[in-house]
Amino acid sequence: MFDFLDKYDVLGAFWTTVQLTLLSAVGSLIWGTLLAAMRVGPVPLMRGFGTAYVNIVRNIPLTVIILFAALGLKDTLGISLGSDVVDTSNFRLSVLGLTVYTSAFVCEAIRAGINTVPVGQAEAARAIGLSFTQVLGLVVLPQAFRAAVGPLTNVLIALTKNTTVAAAIGVAEAALLMKEMVENEAQLLLISAIIAFGFCCLTLPTGLILGWVGKKVAVKR
Amino acid sequence: MTKVTVAKEDAATSDELVVLKSVNKHFGALHVLQDIDLTIARGEVVVVIGPSGSGKSTLCRTINRLETIDSGTIAIDGKPLPHEGRELARLRADVGMVFQSFNLFAHKTVLDNVMLGQVKVRKADKKQAEEKARALLDRVGVGAQADKYPAQLSGGQQQRVAIARALAMGPKVMLFDEPTSALDPEMINEVLEVMQQLAREGMTMIVVTHEMGFARSAANRVVFMADGRIVEQSSPDQFFSNPRSDRAKDFLSKILHH
Repeated sequence: MFDFLDKYDVLGAFWTTVQLTLLSAVGSLIWGTLLAAMRVGPVPLMRGFGTAYVNIVRNIPLTVIILFAALGLKDTLGISLGSDVVDTSNFRLSVLGLTVYTSAFVCEAIRAGINTVPVGQAEAARAIGLSFTQVLGLVVLPQAFRAAVGPLTNVLIALTKNTTVAAAIGVAEAALLMKEMVENEAQLLLISAIIAFGFCCLTLPTGLILGWVGKKVAVKR
Repeated sequence: MTKVTVAKEDAATSDELVVLKSVNKHFGALHVLQDIDLTIARGEVVVVIGPSGSGKSTLCRTINRLETIDSGTIAIDGKPLPHEGRELARLRADVGMVFQSFNLFAHKTVLDNVMLGQVKVRKADKKQAEEKARALLDRVGVGAQADKYPAQLSGGQQQRVAIARALAMGPKVMLFDEPTSALDPEMINEVLEVMQQLAREGMTMIVVTHEMGFARSAANRVVFMADGRIVEQSSPDQFFSNPRSDRAKDFLSKILHH
């Protein structure tokens, strides 16, 4: 029953999915944190930028962003992110698109975490002479991240599944492989089940492990 | 220009540590501070009392610019309060503040709470900072709790840690914003005792409080505020036995007779 699988590199495709997920996760965690810092910061221009970014980006379909990366950035503007090989360049553009999109959600998850930190603690931190960056980095964000583990887990699981949109610009990840198998093979139900199972293998442990981490690091009040 | 400022500083370093001149502040339509003039001398303990909403907490918070003011000037040790930025952070390090709700950093141990400012603001050596922190925690009587987290301590213990955290910066003046108002009755005294000890040691203190006993025993001067104004100021003896203004008489009659 599973013979047809020999013709396909299922593990390789899922490995690409994992790479897309991890690289975009790191990228959007960094960029999302910076956006959150802008949104709670004292500079009106940065606050405005952060708010505008989140509200625009999270309301655009991911498919549009990914297609824009390939058709707009690469084909029209000639930005191929340092590679002439089509596959590599499309992979990088997908990571960029996923990061741009996911960081809006990361920003909001972290901002929700920031809101769990009592204002008084930030005031006390300022009162002993810490600068804005120190207040944020030493007192507010460490507690905000702990409170945001749950929401960030949701974002990470959504990101894992969103990587399938990269198939739209031909990145050889799990969804593109599924499309290829569906076109060539007869076992449609089985193919769907295999791909679904593969994603569950990635996302279920993510949820379980991070759920445990979230409880472990929670700040007692 | 320079000459004038130098002359001012010379005059200020003599005795006046905190000087507020015609300070005004609004919260929307509410005129919460109205032409406040107040001078606090080095080593003086000033207790600010008054009914709720009289602006006493706001007054306390303007002194290290946790609240901005609309007009007037505030100077500390001869230097006017700078605007947001590094200058202001430096000044805040010299002004200790104790809050009603303690505001200890919940993710750090008691010891780390007291070390943080020393290490990150004063750039003190970690070992020395820890020594100083432990000494201060012993002094306020919570040395045994050094490795616990704030949530594991009682309110009175947390507030004493907060006092140690402020003292660790070596402040010129300490602001207390209703430090005992969030405490269970049996824990109020342990905090007041620490504050009295500080007052005896000559710390300049501005204390917003409803503890009349503390005002009587530790204050050099009582400032009575109502409706955003300083209505009356005098020695505690005179204020409690013979208040001059009707507003103060009314206030005292409501709190002292039961």
